[in-house]
Amino acid sequence: MKDQHLVTMRVNGREHELVIESRKTLADVLRQDLGLTGTHLGCEHGICGACTVLMDGEPIRACLVFGVQADGRELRTVESLADGDELNDLQQAFSKHHGLQCGFCTPGFLMLGEAYLSTNPEPDRDEVREVVSANLCRCTGYQGIVDAVCEVAEKRKVSRG
Amino acid sequence: MADERTERHFADGQAPPDQIGSRVLRKEDHRLLTGKGRFGSDVDRSRMLHVRVVRSSVAAGTITAIRTEEARAVAGVVDVVTAADLPGDLRIPVRLLVQGVDLSEHLQPVLARDTVRYVGEPVAVVVAEDAYAAEDGAELVDVEVEPDDVFLDARTAPADRIAADFTLGYGDVDAAFDAAAHVVECRFDIGRHTAVPLEPRALVVDYLPGSGDLEIFGATKVPVFNRQVLAGLLEVDPESIRMHAVDAGGGFGVRGEFYPEDFLVPWLARRLRCSLSWVEDRAEHLVAVNHSREQSHQIGVALDDNGFILALRDDIWHDNGAYVRTHGIIVPELTVAMLPGPYRVPAYSGRVHVALTNKTPCGTYRAPGRFEGTTVREQLFDQVAAEIGVDRVELRRRNLLRRDELPHRREINTLGTDMVLDSGDYPGLLERALARARELQWPELVEAARAEGRRVGLGVSMFLEKSGLGPSDTADVEVTGSGRIRVHSGGTSLGQGIETVLAQVVADEFRVDTDLVDVINGDTLLQPYGTGSWASRSTVVAGNAVSGAGKQVVARMLEIASRVLEVSPDDLEVGRGQVQVRGVLDRALSFRDVWRDTQPGSAWLRPEESAGLSARFRFNIEHMTYPYGAHICVVEVDPDTGGVQVLKYLVAYEVGRAVNPTLVEGQLRGGVAQGVGGALLEQFSYDESGQPQATTFMDYLMPTASEVPDVELIVCEDAPADTNALGVRGAGEGGLTGAGAAVASAVSAALDQPSMSALPLTPSRLLQCLRDEAGTHARAANA
Repeated sequence: MKDQHLVTMRVNGREHELVIESRKTLADVLRQDLGLTGTHLGCEHGICGACTVLMDGEPIRACLVFGVQADGRELRTVESLADGDELNDLQQAFSKHHGLQCGFCTPGFLMLGEAYLSTNPEPDRDEVREVVSANLCRCTGYQGIVDAVCEVAEKRKVSRG
Repeated sequence: MADERTERHFADGQAPPDQIGSRVLRKEDHRLLTGKGRFGSDVDRSRMLHVRVVRSSVAAGTITAIRTEEARAVAGVVDVVTAADLPGDLRIPVRLLVQGVDLSEHLQPVLARDTVRYVGEPVAVVVAEDAYAAEDGAELVDVEVEPDDVFLDARTAPADRIAADFTLGYGDVDAAFDAAAHVVECRFDIGRHTAVPLEPRALVVDYLPGSGDLEIFGATKVPVFNRQVLAGLLEVDPESIRMHAVDAGGGFGVRGEFYPEDFLVPWLARRLRCSLSWVEDRAEHLVAVNHSREQSHQIGVALDDNGFILALRDDIWHDNGAYVRTHGIIVPELTVAMLPGPYRVPAYSGRVHVALTNKTPCGTYRAPGRFEGTTVREQLFDQVAAEIGVDRVELRRRNLLRRDELPHRREINTLGTDMVLDSGDYPGLLERALARARELQWPELVEAARAEGRRVGLGVSMFLEKSGLGPSDTADVEVTGSGRIRVHSGGTSLGQGIETVLAQVVADEFRVDTDLVDVINGDTLLQPYGTGSWASRSTVVAGNAVSGAGKQVVARMLEIASRVLEVSPDDLEVGRGQVQVRGVLDRALSFRDVWRDTQPGSAWLRPEESAGLSARFRFNIEHMTYPYGAHICVVEVDPDTGGVQVLKYLVAYEVGRAVNPTLVEGQLRGGVAQGVGGALLEQFSYDESGQPQATTFMDYLMPTASEVPDVELIVCEDAPADTNALGVRGAGEGGLTGAGAAVASAVSAALDQPSMSALPLTPSRLLQCLRDEAGTHARAANA
């Protein structure tokens, strides 16, 4: 008999009530139970960061967290970033700076970037490089990702005044 | 919608600027940035079951028993199969046969039957209601193996472990070595790498119960070829299988080849008459997907008094792992064929021994054979420079083929084509790269750091690439009912941006913006003659194919419009999203109007004339085209840890013509990152029993943003390829090809060594170097 639990979680602003097996990872819950397939699994052992999502505003590896651990939590995934078809500033900057190629690691980098940007950083290229080094990308050589995060950090700083 | 866009773009009465050559934003980006990409594991089918492969945990041995009862008893497990359940001894054929070598004895079975030959070899398959239950079941499959001796060192391979042994070359090498003023030899080893696309492999097979047909998602790279292989193994008609295009999380050579799972999952879908999903995990991926690179070279060069090369020879041991897979022996072949590179080499002999070991089998990984050969050759040249007392760069200047020596025919045949190095200016490109490094004051940077006692060095490498392998590719282009342009290409999307590039090529034929173009890649129903994306060929072969098809559709539109407008087709042109009379812009038909006039029932169609506005074009190409480039980098070695920091990096690369410069730059930067990884970090090692020591990302180290510097780029368009009308050369691999050589060169300069002896340049290797150096100094002091 499967060990199942009733949990509630708020994902991208919507409340969900789910019955999930205790061993099921949050990444699998998001992808399979909620159909949010933008969260990707690249290694399933917490290194690559493709599955990075925000739990109560903090970036986490959704492959290292069980779904049941998200009970009562607030989650944000890549699907929350755009407003309808309109990309947000970070998504636009990724496209402009060619910060993605195959796009598989991209949701993780976007959520990592959002978490960093939400700390209202003073833009510093070395710091951005260090933050971005939390995740792996095999296509871009990282330069476009760093450029995109730096540009948005600068713009958001200006708009904060 | 289409017309609105058309009007928006052409409101000023002008046709859009050329799309080829412009930095158009990628068509792929929107879906990938919003989480709406559709990768293999995103595909869902109702009541789909899940597959897990049971793999050998022993590197070599005889299977004495496989017990599946416990696995079958797990709740949710539906089926467990072993080789005994298969219809016969099925082996995966070679896709690319070269050098006339028969490899049939060494092909991999889809499931091991009596013997296992590497850790990770599939021995059984479990099917269950969900992926967790499938994994539970797989853990309970009991595979009993009587271990045999393992064989892990290609250099000591006995005859029965040599799958192929051949020599390519020309000229009297022995005579040249006998007559030489200088002979320099060295040994260089390249580590075992793999491509590591961020997305592991995934396959979803949709079984259609009424017909038994299969719809397959996830077979990206060469879907038409794979469909043919699968149909042969299943003994069904290829047309009963449809490979769908999906997004792919990186390819780099390994993804999309025909692996055991590419048979097992569809076969199980037919056996169980249901839809199946198989998603590999990373630990599996690192032992299952093609490895690459591992070679040991004994290379030598003969030179005259002035440092001009007289002859080059190399003896290579290539570790191919346990079986020969779909790439056959093309990696070793490309290694020897491309080894002379961009240099004037009057006589050459390259021999390669392809050895079978008890490791994961090998295939291509981005810049196959060229990363290896370039590293070894350039390291040899650094050694030569030290031994004969010539500057490293000057030695290269003397020996690079000059512009007036091209085209240059090399008496070598590779990938079934004669090797003709087409136009170019190799010395000119090297000078441009060096001038840029001087402009950036990298030599001063090195000098200043060394004056402080830091171990900093600058490295340079030159390389030759190849691309645009034929013999052909096919594309369909059509104008649709809303006046949009749809392309069904034979290329496949692996992340390289081929949708955007092909849209740019087609857009120029129709004089429209890329927004009006939809590109569908890699669907075998829509493009049954596609030859796939590999070997930096798609911009060349798929690009010229869509260009050709586009031209034919434009010609047909002009023909139809000429009937309607009652003018000669010669007086018509496409522009502003319409077919218009030259010089009379208001006498025009929109693309949608022309489409309507070609529909069945149209008065403008002649009796028995086909309806619609579409064309299929097959582009043929006889020779490959040979891009070339230079890498320059500055590194610092930490003498306490042996760690290397790459401080500066530059790539100069001749691409003929950059369809989208941003995408070319992305290819080069990404290649550098992989090259830096291969040069410094990445390596599969094995213990003495053949157990792989790198099965996670904690052991197989890939560079992060902290290890890869910003990359300075010089994208040259000075030598358009004369092998194709677009003049493009293919840009997928040059960021990687010269990286091992440049990094090794810089590290050796930092350590004041003539050259290095192996990649990757791990901290332990460099610490050993530093200890040897300290020992030498101590001995010198004591003497």
